[in-house]
Amino acid sequence: MAALTQATVGAAPVGPPRRRGGLVPLILLAPALVWLVVFFILPTISLASQSLQTGDIDNGYTLTWNFATYVDALSRYWPQFLRSIIYAASATLGTLLLGYPLAWFIAHRSGRHKTTLLVLVVAPFFTNFLIRTLAWQIILTDGGPVAGFFRATGLTTVLQAVGLTDNDSLLYSQFAVICGLVYNFLPFMVLPLYTSLERLDTRLLDAAGDLYANGWNTFWKVIWPLSLPGVVSGTLLTFIPAAGDYINSKLLGNTQTVMIGQIIDSQFLRVLDYPIAAALSFILMAAIITLVAVYVRAAGTEELV
Amino acid sequence: MPGPTQTDPLLMSFARGALTRRSALTGLAGLAAAGLLTACGSPGRNSTATSGAPNTAQQAAPDKSDTDKVVNWSNWPEYIDVDDKGNHPSIDAFTKSTGIKVNYNEDYNDNDEFFAKVRPLLEGGQDTGRDTWVSTDWMVARLIRLGYIQKLDYANIPNLSNLEPSLKQVQFDPGRVYSLPWQSGFAGIAYNPKATGGKKVTTVDQLLHDPSLKGKVTMLTEMRDTVGVVLIEQGVNISQVTADQFKAALAVIQAAKDSGQIKGFTGNEYTKPLASGDTAACLAWTGDVVQLRADNPSLGYALGQTGIPMFSDNFVIPNLAQHKKNAELLINHYYDPKIMAVVADYVNYIPPVAGTKDILVKKDPSVANNELIFPSQEILAKTQVFRALSAEEETDFNRQFQAVVTG
Repeated sequence: MAALTQATVGAAPVGPPRRRGGLVPLILLAPALVWLVVFFILPTISLASQSLQTGDIDNGYTLTWNFATYVDALSRYWPQFLRSIIYAASATLGTLLLGYPLAWFIAHRSGRHKTTLLVLVVAPFFTNFLIRTLAWQIILTDGGPVAGFFRATGLTTVLQAVGLTDNDSLLYSQFAVICGLVYNFLPFMVLPLYTSLERLDTRLLDAAGDLYANGWNTFWKVIWPLSLPGVVSGTLLTFIPAAGDYINSKLLGNTQTVMIGQIIDSQFLRVLDYPIAAALSFILMAAIITLVAVYVRAAGTEELV
Repeated sequence: MPGPTQTDPLLMSFARGALTRRSALTGLAGLAAAGLLTACGSPGRNSTATSGAPNTAQQAAPDKSDTDKVVNWSNWPEYIDVDDKGNHPSIDAFTKSTGIKVNYNEDYNDNDEFFAKVRPLLEGGQDTGRDTWVSTDWMVARLIRLGYIQKLDYANIPNLSNLEPSLKQVQFDPGRVYSLPWQSGFAGIAYNPKATGGKKVTTVDQLLHDPSLKGKVTMLTEMRDTVGVVLIEQGVNISQVTADQFKAALAVIQAAKDSGQIKGFTGNEYTKPLASGDTAACLAWTGDVVQLRADNPSLGYALGQTGIPMFSDNFVIPNLAQHKKNAELLINHYYDPKIMAVVADYVNYIPPVAGTKDILVKKDPSVANNELIFPSQEILAKTQVFRALSAEEETDFNRQFQAVVTG
């Protein structure tokens, strides 16, 4: 471990010319660095090691640099990986479509109710995550008003046609899982969007109008680009945890909606195949980092993240 | 915010220097990390203990029972009597008669999760902070195999003579050296007539193939119960199941899952959807069904005609328990039929203590006459317990089963 910390610490003073009191920032950084080492770097190393070990709980595990575990993990579980990414992306899009108008409304149209509305956005967090997800079982239940409305309006047929549900009930389907994800992560989208929309100078909208921009052009050429920082951080804050989530798919999904988090859970707890669970965690981490890196680069807003 | 539009060449060279030096350092760090990875192995049981026999020297801790009148007990949620004030009368009776305080924790939600919680401590030879807990048969088998639990001292459990004769001999713990049952139950089929359109669901075949139940069926995440009922349907005795038979039964479940007949695999959480009708029929445990029926009398329940998978949850005492004797006195307390009657009257599972029924016949005849709580000899004769598995088999079976559950 010593070598690792020295790498980080030792590299710091090399770059920009030395300033006075160079030690102070280091001391101030120390708690964060220690935290990072103890709670991130060391566990990551332990996980990396576990993923390359072979053995079982009866005979113990030894590091054999068994990279085949990774091949095995990917070839067996790529559908669940893909599914997790698709669900997380759908949920992110859903939160964006719902959250953007909401954030705009709170930022510019809510007047003196602004604080109240913001508190309301965060309010679900006062309840336990599990309880909030379980509540969706009641919301979408077969005899409930939501299912009744969907049936009466023929929306169930539409959902079935696009493959989001398997029969005329809403619960235990892809639809329910994505709904749960959207609901649970909505505040993570709304809050960053709100901060960036709230800073937007409304005089720019008047200026756009003066230059004969219609509503669409005003939005697409003025509001949207200026809100991009919020969009980027909101989508990241939603996508990353949603991809690893497994409670929503466990409680609201069926046997065809299993996400990668559930696989890791079952391999770690039930099968006791620690190496493959560790390898799956690593692959998930790598996939998310890659996707996020590509996304942030494409969005061109590096300085904002 | 003014950005650095023109890059200072001096700064650039500095940056370049930093980069190369940094990458060199990263390389070194990588090497060091590789060394660390190697150091991260875990010993397991067999590398510390001599092969086969559990290492008894490390198991017992100096018993503080006589000086420290406490016992720490972990149990499943809602698995004990509760009165209107939220107290547990059977525990209070124990404290009153022995002066031993019981720290009762309902932190045993799931065999696998609990095992994951205590395994690192037991493997590292540390005290788990618990003197006794209640594990299902197959988990007891694993704990014995790994040498993680201690032999019971029968001298402290004179009431043991009340143990139900049918539970005395079990394959996973011959002679009941390490474990004594707390409650038992059956796995069977439960259905909600409102959701099945009044139709009765009585066979596994119907559960897995009746088109009118499609997408409204759940099975259990407990491998031995879910695969067990299918095996029994196929005429296999689950106490002698072979790997091929297991595989064949699993293929039937896989097919039912792929066809969309089975919507999910659950733990205890099947109860709410079953009561509401979101689940039309499912595999269910007897105690849950008795409790559910109190509120939904129309719920139907069917036990297998040829065989019934039975499980018990058993008291065990982990290595290095600080109050072993107190834990044994606690077990002894519950083997008094008068005390077990109080528990059985509330939890509605099958009590393992002979004489419990006689007490309840007077106190609460509706419980005493319930075949799911006090099964007849005819039903008991049909019960089967899943065979104890070796380490390799357990991993193999679990892997196959999880591939179906999560595939």
